[in-house]
Order: sequence, then C-alpha cells, then structure tokens
Amino acid sequence: MESLEQIKARTEAAVPDAKIDILPNSSPSQQPSLLIDNEHALAVAHFLRDDPALRLDFCSNVTGVDWLDRVVKKTVKVKTVVDGIEKEVDQTTEEKIPGYLEAVYHLYSMAQKHGPVIIRMRTADRAAGARLPSFTAIWRSAEFQEREIFDLYGIRFDGHPDLRRILMWDEFEDHPMRKDYVQPDDFEWEPTPHDEVLARAKQHYTPRPELDGAEKITTQQ
Amino acid sequence: MSQIDEKLRTELQRQGVWVTSMQDLYNWGRKNSIWPLQFGLACCAIEMIATAASRYDIARFGGEVFRPSPRQADLMIVAGTVTKKMAPQIVRLYNQMADPKYVIAMGACAISGGPFKQGYNVLKGIDRYIPVDVFIPGCPPRPEALLHAFMELQRKIDGQKLTGTDKAEFLKPEQPSEFPVPKFGEHDLEPPANRDVFQPPKLERV
Repeated sequence: MESLEQIKARTEAAVPDAKIDILPNSSPSQQPSLLIDNEHALAVAHFLRDDPALRLDFCSNVTGVDWLDRVVKKTVKVKTVVDGIEKEVDQTTEEKIPGYLEAVYHLYSMAQKHGPVIIRMRTADRAAGARLPSFTAIWRSAEFQEREIFDLYGIRFDGHPDLRRILMWDEFEDHPMRKDYVQPDDFEWEPTPHDEVLARAKQHYTPRPELDGAEKITTQQ
Repeated sequence: MSQIDEKLRTELQRQGVWVTSMQDLYNWGRKNSIWPLQFGLACCAIEMIATAASRYDIARFGGEVFRPSPRQADLMIVAGTVTKKMAPQIVRLYNQMADPKYVIAMGACAISGGPFKQGYNVLKGIDRYIPVDVFIPGCPPRPEALLHAFMELQRKIDGQKLTGTDKAEFLKPEQPSEFPVPKFGEHDLEPPANRDVFQPPKLERV
C-alpha cells in the first residue's frame, strides 16, 4: 500500500480544495491517521473507496473520541535584554484549545488486501455544532456504529438513514461515553471501595467526626 | 396437618401402608417439577445450558422442561447481566408468570451488577425490582452451583406451609405477585429500585 503521504497527495489532487492533515501517532501502534475536513469528507471518502489503487471497500470499525477543552502550555526561550545584558529567559504561553468530538474510521481493502487507512473527522464543538457527515451511504457497515457514536458521544450524522439510539433507551438524554458524563448517584454499598468509588462512598457514610476528624466525611441526607 | 406419630408412620410403612399429608404430597409434586423460564442474558446462560444438558442434567431434579412462555413457567433463572434497558422486560416477564413463582439470581451480575456494577447501563442486581429466592455468587457459577441453588429452592418449596398463619407467601391474597415495571427515565430507570422489595444494606462502620 502507498504511504499515507502519497494517499494524502493523490486525494488532494483528486478532490480539489480538500484539506487533509496527517496526524502522527507516537504510541506503540504507530498508526498515523488522516484528518479530513467535513465539507469535502464525502468526496474524499468516495475517492478512497473507488480509487483503483486503494479500493478501501471495507469499513471495519467506527468509533468516537471526546476531547475536552484543554490548555496547552508552551515554554519558549526568548532572548531579551535585561540591564544591557542579553539573557535567555523562559517565556510560557498558554494556548486554549476548545473541546471537540472526533469520529474515527478504520478502512481496509478486501480487493487489494491492504489496510488499515485511518481517517478522522472533527466536530466544531461539543454542543450544538457536534455534527458530521455520515458515511453510511459509502460504507454500509458504518450505519450501526454511527448510531452507537450518536448514542454514546452525541455526534449527529447528517445524511444517516436511521439515526436513533442503539444501546441506551430512546428516552435517555445523556451521552455516557463523554468525559464529563455524570452518573446517577445510586450508590449503595461497596465491600472494598477505593479511589473514585471510595470518594462516592464517603458521600453516603454516616459522619463520625470524633473518629475521622480531619477526614471531613459529608453526608447527602 | 401431619400430626401423625413418626413411629406409627414407620410401622405402617413397614406394613405397606404409606401415610402422608396433603401438604407433603402437594409440595413433593411441586418441588420435583419446577419448570424454568427459557431465557438467558449473558455468559451465565451458557452455564445454565450446560446444567440442562446431558453432563449435569437438571432433569434429575425435575427441572428440564424449559418453557418459552412465562405463563407456563414456575422458575425464573436470571442468568447474566441485567442491563437497565432490559430490566423492565425482566420485571414484565416475572409479572406474567403464574403463582407460585420463584426466582434464582445466577451470578455476580444478576445479584449485584458484578464487574459492571459501576457501569452506566447495568442494573445493580435484579433484587432491586423483584423478590429473589436464591442468590448464586460466581462469575459465572459452575453448573454444580446452579444445581445446588435448585436443590435449595426445592428445600424451600418443601418447607412451605399451605395453611395457618405462617403459610406460604403466594397463598396470602394480600401479598403482591406483580411488581411495578420501572420506566425509562431521562438519566436512569425510574424508580432506581422498588423500595417495597429492596432495602439497601445500611452503611455502618465500627
């Protein structure tokens, strides 16, 4: 199979104005992916599927990723003149990256027996702008998995034939795989609580200030 | 009730006369033909199937007739993880069973949520909505454990009285045999537990 750079170059030649970035992956899997822009996503997907050299005819897996708002700190050494002497001073800049949701597609070729090529799309934000074009028309196997992403992450797929919840019930309103999802507090009893479970358990313990004192156990009753 | 003297009964049996009471005969019949409801929810169901198959053979205890209809079943074996989406259907099936009916909660998930207890879509034990007669721990429990639970249930049925103030629950008209089916809420099942059936263990630290 061609390298990801070649695929990117050929796709950009075939789909004018398409913006494609290569996202490096430094983890042990070493699987970089292509970040494609939402406007040309369908055209890019058509190209990837129909190009005779690529023939990525099988979408094996679709999943979602939730990225919260984050602040990236960058430290740059800047040369400044202090009291007439040139010094190197660390300058820290903070960059705020607003949160977004991501859909990741793993594509293989049954005809050419190669893969995977991983493509990603990002939503504008995590609220009303969480919309992406659906690839169900191109890879039928994406239908249920896009429904699952809609259910668990709350990404709306435009053009999906049947966008309903698939795992949770229809009346459910939350998206449980989002990082800021708060579970209903139905904690009762845990034999060996630890970490987060212990923190939740403490909310339900009866207070023992004479013994715990500084532990500051609170109750919700 | 069987007020017959044990010595006399033994003596009569020696002479070929078998004396029993209506209650003993009735319970003997009931406990040796418990028909379970045929459904499985997760991996525990595989063990339940193994229990029903030739190697472990639940037929030796009279429980081999798995019925696909709740109207014909006496026993509900909750074998596996009960998701919150599935819980109303389980309660509805229980409600559709005819009295007397019994429930075995099989495996860690069915009794408490098990390894998925902290999950967003797993019910923390079916005893939150319906009364359970026998709990089996294990993940999954071995077929022997299910057979043991089955024998415990037979022991329980054998001890149930038909008359008197301490007669079996299902013979008391004021005892409910149907329980409210939980509704799908916006964040959780509503109610999250039936407080008439289920009282959570109290947190007491010493």
